[in-house]
Amino acid sequence: MFGLALLLVAVLWELYKWVGPEDGGTVFGWAILPRTSDYAMPHVWDMLARYAQPERRGFPTPIVSTVASGAWFSLRLALAGFAMGTLVGLGLAIVMARFKVIERGLLPYLVVSQTVPLIALAPLVVSWGGRLHLGAFEWPRWLSAAVLGAFLAFFPVAVGTLKGLTSAPPAALELMDSFAASWRQTLFKLRFPAAVPYLVPALRLGATASVVGVVVAEISTGLAGGIGRLIIEYAREATADPAKVYTAVFGAAALGLLMAGMVATADLMLMRNRPREVAE
Amino acid sequence: MTAAVEIHDVSKVFNAGRPNAVHALVDMDLTIEPGEFVSLIGPSGCGKSTALRLIANLLEPTSGQVLVNGKPARKARLDQDYGMAFQQAGLFDWRNVAKNVELPLELKGWDKVKRRTRALEMLDLVKLGDFADHFPWQLSGGMQQRVAIGRALAAHPPLLLMDEPFGALDEMTREHMQAELLRICGETSTTVVFVTHSIPEAVYLSTRVVVISPRPGRITDVIEVDLGPRRGLETREAVAFFKKITEVREALRGIDTSDLAAIETADGAPSNLPAGVEDR
Amino acid sequence: MNRSPRALALLVLPPVVFGIGFLALWEAAVNVFDFQPYFLPAPSSIWQQFLQNTALIWDASKVSGTNALVGLLAGTVLGIALSFVLGRFRVLNELVTPLAIALNAVPIFVLVAVFNNMFSITSEVPRRLMVTLVVDFIVLVNVTRGLREVGAIQLELMRSYAASEVAILRKVRVPNAAPYLFTALKIAAPAAVITAFVSEYFGGSQNGLGSRIVSSIAISKNAAAWAYVLGACLVGLAFYVTAVSLERVATPGGVGRTDRDGA
Repeated sequence: MFGLALLLVAVLWELYKWVGPEDGGTVFGWAILPRTSDYAMPHVWDMLARYAQPERRGFPTPIVSTVASGAWFSLRLALAGFAMGTLVGLGLAIVMARFKVIERGLLPYLVVSQTVPLIALAPLVVSWGGRLHLGAFEWPRWLSAAVLGAFLAFFPVAVGTLKGLTSAPPAALELMDSFAASWRQTLFKLRFPAAVPYLVPALRLGATASVVGVVVAEISTGLAGGIGRLIIEYAREATADPAKVYTAVFGAAALGLLMAGMVATADLMLMRNRPREVAE
Repeated sequence: MTAAVEIHDVSKVFNAGRPNAVHALVDMDLTIEPGEFVSLIGPSGCGKSTALRLIANLLEPTSGQVLVNGKPARKARLDQDYGMAFQQAGLFDWRNVAKNVELPLELKGWDKVKRRTRALEMLDLVKLGDFADHFPWQLSGGMQQRVAIGRALAAHPPLLLMDEPFGALDEMTREHMQAELLRICGETSTTVVFVTHSIPEAVYLSTRVVVISPRPGRITDVIEVDLGPRRGLETREAVAFFKKITEVREALRGIDTSDLAAIETADGAPSNLPAGVEDR
Repeated sequence: MNRSPRALALLVLPPVVFGIGFLALWEAAVNVFDFQPYFLPAPSSIWQQFLQNTALIWDASKVSGTNALVGLLAGTVLGIALSFVLGRFRVLNELVTPLAIALNAVPIFVLVAVFNNMFSITSEVPRRLMVTLVVDFIVLVNVTRGLREVGAIQLELMRSYAASEVAILRKVRVPNAAPYLFTALKIAAPAAVITAFVSEYFGGSQNGLGSRIVSSIAISKNAAAWAYVLGACLVGLAFYVTAVSLERVATPGGVGRTDRDGA
């Protein structure tokens, strides 16, 4: 099904190439129709074929390995960011569940921050790279990418986890009270398991956010080694080698899908024994 | 012999001192001896659930004293001298049946083997031994309630508190469960305090029926039930049974129900909606 | 609002206290630890820069904001139109929905690099196109769901009236889908702003907020950069508040339960 959908997209692409104006066009005076020359819109098969060819003429390795290692580099950063953001998010959610005052004070900001383009901070965070020294520790440039990813992932994870932790029905909380359970015991035996159905969509959002953060950071700096930089580089060569940039774009897509796949696997494992009546 | 439960001069006021104060219970005096099966019956909002929660130390009395097993209610709860069952079975979706029964034992720090043995014992007692590894959603309502009873008695407490545990079951299952409950409590010699608003249920199960009137909640009648060992249909169709039911009904009729239509549950007072049920 | 003053205070006071406390701590930390401005400027200097550059910030906001708005409108219209098509042809729905959900996980804004090649270098169209694409998917998934997930009982009722498909569409499906549209807008509005920003990092016209932030850093005026960030946050907030207000205005009977996590 998914393959068919991609095929459909490819067909539409080629169809437009066939009928569309060579030098772009206008609709009601707006220049919104893209150019269809082979330079602006390479054929789909050219894009796929490009993978087998090397990055630059004369180099032995096909571009697919360059793109793959770029994606791998970014993946590790995204994972690091995701892990950091999730940890902090979980921790904050627990604190907020424990102390209602903190929940009341912080939650509005957490919610609002998801509607605000925090990504605007990217260039700032990235500029710390190579300049910031905390004692003997020098801020490596890649850390900015991971931190940005962590920062963006943190908000949805914190909000979703809190929602889950407070989702335990009052009857269940009364039950734990009747067992004279401590807050900690109630946290681990009731609140956390009850939070899982809320945690999973939050993790999904967090994973996507960390990828976005990392890729944006890479693009802002041109961080060497990452897929973001490859995209920028190849885009510059688009006049000479139009299909090249698409290889990196698909690489970035693969990156996002991998992270999403991870969360989906975690979902399967965590929700194994539960009745499938949770709304998706 | 120490009384199982002693309620001395207990009053409970919700939102005391504010304009929307509710006098849930006033001047309540009740002593329950070990081995008794006492039902609390009355119209919705009369305070019977409140009384039960005072015994369970899930609420503190505004004035007066509640003793369980000769100790203050709080100590009795911390010592786990009672087990409790609610209208919703309240089993944890993510644990299998045996692990649900093990919950109070886990919280008390029992070791793995002892827990498992006791849990299986309890499941045999409630005739669900074959379902130890099933999950709650695979069981019917009646079966889930049986597991909840097994869990309530897992630590062999001398006292069992039940808040309309059969309210969500259909009539036939209900009658069957009543018989099962008597059998189980007979075999474990447990004292039971049972909240219900079904007259036949109260009469079938109890040695004493306590009639409570609302606004403010107070005991208006205590009716001894002397029907001997219950024998299912034989008992239910006996003339003495009907006579007792009529006696209880008339005691309830004696309550002025004219302002019941205006009864709302005030903030903090336990609602008579089954716990966990939301307005959807 | 018919809340007691006590409840209102409980709602408003903690965040306000936390907010002020946070700013105070920040200001103090900068002074005490002597943070370099390239790391973290003090709130007071950021505010100063904001006031100084208000006109510039406004200009840049207009550019980025317009991109976001154009894309939001276009994407919404396109998304609604496509959802009608998908609602009608089940096969297409089966094809497109998994694609849309998968694309949700992918950083598709990188396509701006590709779009930049398709248009002239000074055009704002690549960014608007990107926003359109992003918004389109969000609206598409949610509105399609709204058109399809109608209660079985309502459908049975309409069939008992021998109603045509078109009538069912008009009288049941579309009203059912309305809350879903607003849920989508609440997600799409911030997404549009974010996408508009991110698109600016790929080069092209240099008039938007994103470009200004980068250029401020380049000339070591970090406090000014933060001021632009503040401007950006205000733009995002404005979009979101508009979306929420639209929802309130259009659904006077209260909003239905359509909380989704963004498709």
